[in-house]
Amino acid sequence: MRDHIVQLTYVIASVLFILGLRSLTHPDKARRGMQFAALGMLVAVCGTLVNHDIVDYRWIISGLILGTLIGYPLGMWVPTTALPQRIAMSLSFGALAATLVGVSEYYNAFHGGGGDIETAKMMALGFEVLLGSLTVTGALMAFGKLQELLPSQPITYRGQNLVNAVLFLGAVGLLVTVVVNPAAAYAFYGMMGIAALLGVLMVIPIGGADMPVVVALLNSYCGLAAAATGFALGNSILIICGALDGASGFLLSIAMSKAMNRSFSNVLFGAFGGGPATAAIATSGAPVRSISAEDAGMLLAYAQRVIIIPGYGMAVAQAQHTVRELAEQIEKRGGEVKYAIHPVAGRMPGHMNVLLAEANVPYDRLYDMDEINGEFPQTDVALVIGANDVVNPAARSDPASPIYGMPILDADKAKHVIVLKRGMAAGFAGIENALFNAASTSMLFGDAKASLVKLVSEVKNA
Amino acid sequence: MMILELYIFVLAAFVGFMVITKVPPLLHTPLMSATNAISGISLVGSLVAAGGKHGQVATILGFVAVVCATANIVGGFLITDRMLKMFKRDVPASHAASKQ
Repeated sequence: MRDHIVQLTYVIASVLFILGLRSLTHPDKARRGMQFAALGMLVAVCGTLVNHDIVDYRWIISGLILGTLIGYPLGMWVPTTALPQRIAMSLSFGALAATLVGVSEYYNAFHGGGGDIETAKMMALGFEVLLGSLTVTGALMAFGKLQELLPSQPITYRGQNLVNAVLFLGAVGLLVTVVVNPAAAYAFYGMMGIAALLGVLMVIPIGGADMPVVVALLNSYCGLAAAATGFALGNSILIICGALDGASGFLLSIAMSKAMNRSFSNVLFGAFGGGPATAAIATSGAPVRSISAEDAGMLLAYAQRVIIIPGYGMAVAQAQHTVRELAEQIEKRGGEVKYAIHPVAGRMPGHMNVLLAEANVPYDRLYDMDEINGEFPQTDVALVIGANDVVNPAARSDPASPIYGMPILDADKAKHVIVLKRGMAAGFAGIENALFNAASTSMLFGDAKASLVKLVSEVKNA
Repeated sequence: MMILELYIFVLAAFVGFMVITKVPPLLHTPLMSATNAISGISLVGSLVAAGGKHGQVATILGFVAVVCATANIVGGFLITDRMLKMFKRDVPASHAASKQ
């Protein structure tokens, strides 16, 4: 009877989770939907607590309390600019939980007097621990890079892919060994160690701008590890949630790769921006024209249609609130302001949308690339704030460019383009941006936030 | 053997694909934090490991797993809610300005 109640709570939770994810198709319904999903979680956890396998509640209670104490600041105090590293860290947490449950199951089977493990369960445990420990260290590395504790440039060395391939084959070999002979503890723990090392080595050659793909991919691995836990424990809700998480991560990483016109393997094995090939790109040699804040303010003040293109630079400068102020000033003078969001702008999927929403920009002003690209020719001013590669016209026209074929925002088709930029350094990918040399482009050099503050007052006084 | 589990996995993955393809890029960050919170459901596995009678090692591993999973659930749902609260429709400019 008690088991049936537990299972029933799991069914309720699964339904609420799926409805919660479905509610995310529309921002108006999303909040309510996710609150129901949280309720589902509560139901499932309460259901589990009456499970008769649980005999001692002391560790459970202290774990729940400690976890809540850690989780609350992670939920409420982390600034939106730090969201990418926050997500990376929680991926690492989630994978660690899955891995530890796997290790504890394995350990019990041999040391707790449980005896042998059947092949199917061993396979599930193996996958769980392999994917889990790879994700733990991989996500930690991603966290380090995003938090800038580690250099965000790709770290590469000769034979890198070969080393990774050998390690991967080694881990798979140990997985097979332990499935064939579950008593081979050395293989189990060895596999765990190699997977952890592989997680580190797989992420170090990946540069900052490729992080959206990596974070999404790790999200997918984390889900698969949770699903494998479900297989090993025979627990259906774990399988369902793992599958949902895995599917979400997988779809996001495909969307991100597509937005960069690169395959998975290219992102994972092709360490961008470090290669000598990029040095060969010739600049057009046209002079770059810089513009003063006064002139730029004039252009914006008398513009009818303005499109703002935010990039990671806006997040770094924490300039989203000033951007909104500028938009308000332009609107006050009768201009129309829209925001064009490239799918890979920022360091994680949807990063820019959250930043701008935080600054009270209404979400119906935020446009996806496909929605807005047709409007640039009728636009008076395209204002590029801390974005670079996503507006580089070389992606359309120059087959020799490393980003050739990547879908971009057609900022260069606007009548005037104003680019806010710290200096003339090349973008993340180390590629010259032909947009900066275009005749319609003016550069406003300086810190993005400082420039925006000046623009706000110029537009106000124009 | 594990055929039933496989059914569940495949069908859930299908549901996941159907539901998540419809999530607009606008909400991709909340989507990530939401799935992250939901996958904290591995807490139910950790609870059994931490509270079962399997000896000290299992208890300690389970305890750490409970802490991690709980932190993800609490933090994940809170941050998702915080983000979703920010997404608002257009309001008249005068109203937005008066809030300053």
